[in-house]
Amino acid sequence: MLQVKELSVKFGDYTLLSNVSFSLEKGCWLMVAGPNGAGKSTLIHALAGTIPYEGDIHFLGKPQKSLTPRKQAKIVGVLSQHHSVNYSFTVEEVVRLGRYCHTPKLSFSANNQDDRKVVEALKMTDIWELRHHSVLRLSGGELQRVFLAQVFAQEPSILLLDEPTNHLDIGYQSKLFPLIQQWLEQGERAVLSVVHDLGLARCFGNQALLLNNGQILACGKKEQVFSSKHLEQAYGIPVEKWMQKIYEPWNTSVKNFSAQESL
Amino acid sequence: MRQKHRRWIITAAVLVTPLIFLLCVGIGSVNYTPAEIMQVLWNGIRGNLHETSGNGVANVILKIRLPRVCTVALVGAALALCGTAMQGLLKNPLADGSTLGVSSGASLGAVFAIALGLHIPMIGSIGVTVMSILFAFLSIILILTLAHILDYSLSTNTIILVGVIFSMFAGSVTNLLVTFAGDKVKNIMFWTMGSFTGTTFQDAGIVLLALIFCSILLLNLSAELNAFAMGEENAIHIGVNVRRVKLLIMIAVSILLGISVSVSGSIGFVGLVIPHIARFMVGPNHKKLLPISMWLGSIFLLLADLISRTILSPAVLPIGVITSFVGSIFFIYIFYTLRTKQ
Repeated sequence: MLQVKELSVKFGDYTLLSNVSFSLEKGCWLMVAGPNGAGKSTLIHALAGTIPYEGDIHFLGKPQKSLTPRKQAKIVGVLSQHHSVNYSFTVEEVVRLGRYCHTPKLSFSANNQDDRKVVEALKMTDIWELRHHSVLRLSGGELQRVFLAQVFAQEPSILLLDEPTNHLDIGYQSKLFPLIQQWLEQGERAVLSVVHDLGLARCFGNQALLLNNGQILACGKKEQVFSSKHLEQAYGIPVEKWMQKIYEPWNTSVKNFSAQESL
Repeated sequence: MRQKHRRWIITAAVLVTPLIFLLCVGIGSVNYTPAEIMQVLWNGIRGNLHETSGNGVANVILKIRLPRVCTVALVGAALALCGTAMQGLLKNPLADGSTLGVSSGASLGAVFAIALGLHIPMIGSIGVTVMSILFAFLSIILILTLAHILDYSLSTNTIILVGVIFSMFAGSVTNLLVTFAGDKVKNIMFWTMGSFTGTTFQDAGIVLLALIFCSILLLNLSAELNAFAMGEENAIHIGVNVRRVKLLIMIAVSILLGISVSVSGSIGFVGLVIPHIARFMVGPNHKKLLPISMWLGSIFLLLADLISRTILSPAVLPIGVITSFVGSIFFIYIFYTLRTKQ
């Protein structure tokens, strides 16, 4: 569904990404991981077409540069990590904009199909109750769900997520990722997500791409990519040991807590 | 809730507008009753003016008051439309022709054209308007490019800062040209504070044409403006052709501001204040916001003009004194609320 060939991004004298090639098949969920400054977000920006790049990107076999913005939006949806809205649009107005690429240029009224997709997206992300609220009064997690609903309403085949749970609490993480999984299973779809948290990266998705200094360190099956050797190379510390160390206390304390509770 | 709001607003629009119109035509150095005005208008429409009590009344109303009131209403709508479009496009609640320096740029263009005696054969004074539009467009491009170089994220404050600096620069060059050009150019007060003295139906006609063209264009782009108001990156993601839409909006804004400035000088802050009041009434969706802004802009400028003509009568205050007085207080208020929100 997505093919990237020899992708390079340069910003002045800096090379942010060099020679990145990979492909994404339908039904796949690719986790892009790597240390800070590895080029994860740059990859998303290049794929979304918001920054200039060298190399080839193909969506469903069509070169990205040949697609009009509308056509591209029908294939690719993007969820960014930051949203700042200055004006008090309602939740529904934001979500409805997701239908933009499906609306003919000179149409003045929404059709039934648009209405139905908006309602579906609002319900799927569990913000139906909030649909008339101003987005200015929402919490960070709620706002992220509004933009997720927008991208669902857009009905793309490929979803690009840029650290979607950054700054958000784990309650939200535990809802968002299963939701993405559910979306992925609903058709001929694929997901590429940048994830900072290696715990999450290991838990969800089925493929992985490890970036370091703008280059691919490993790419393929998740288990092979996240091997202790690769991770140590990327992060410069024994990652596996560290992860075990920070998650180890949870095994014991959680048990104790539930034991206390049952008393 | 919103539905109720809208009905209330439409009712108000229908009731208030003719009243304000009558008020503005009626009050001045000589006052006329609504009955007198209606009679003159009725006779004017039927094409016979001899039935009115005295030709003096008809003359004042049809040759002075009416063209002025029409021009004021149309310029008010044009300025408010520009402000709304820019605040949406730049996602910046402080954007306006005057705060960004676009009006100053347009003034400079107009003064430049007059001072150099730039009379394009056949079209005569249109040369001034064309230069005004051109300079408005160049100013937008220059200000946004400069702001972009200084601050990649194009934050609210950087744009305003660059705008203010550009405004001062354009203002000083305008001042210089006015000083050297002498009597050829209207005085500097006109270019910095605006004036509707001596406007004709021809002026109103030019503004009307521009307003029809640009408002149709911008109303057609209301979905795109909504997308921009949520952030340019989001607009790209949902499939907006960002470059094309931006260019179209900037062209529309330049035409409107350029023509407004060449007709009535640069009148500050209308485009800043009105969109906020309109947003308060109908919310930020541009489909409703653009038309309501135009209506409010007309009413606001009509009242400002009325005050400027009558408050120190027989002296006439520049209209910009009134709008800037209201506008600058409003500017501080918006700036303050933005700051405390962050």
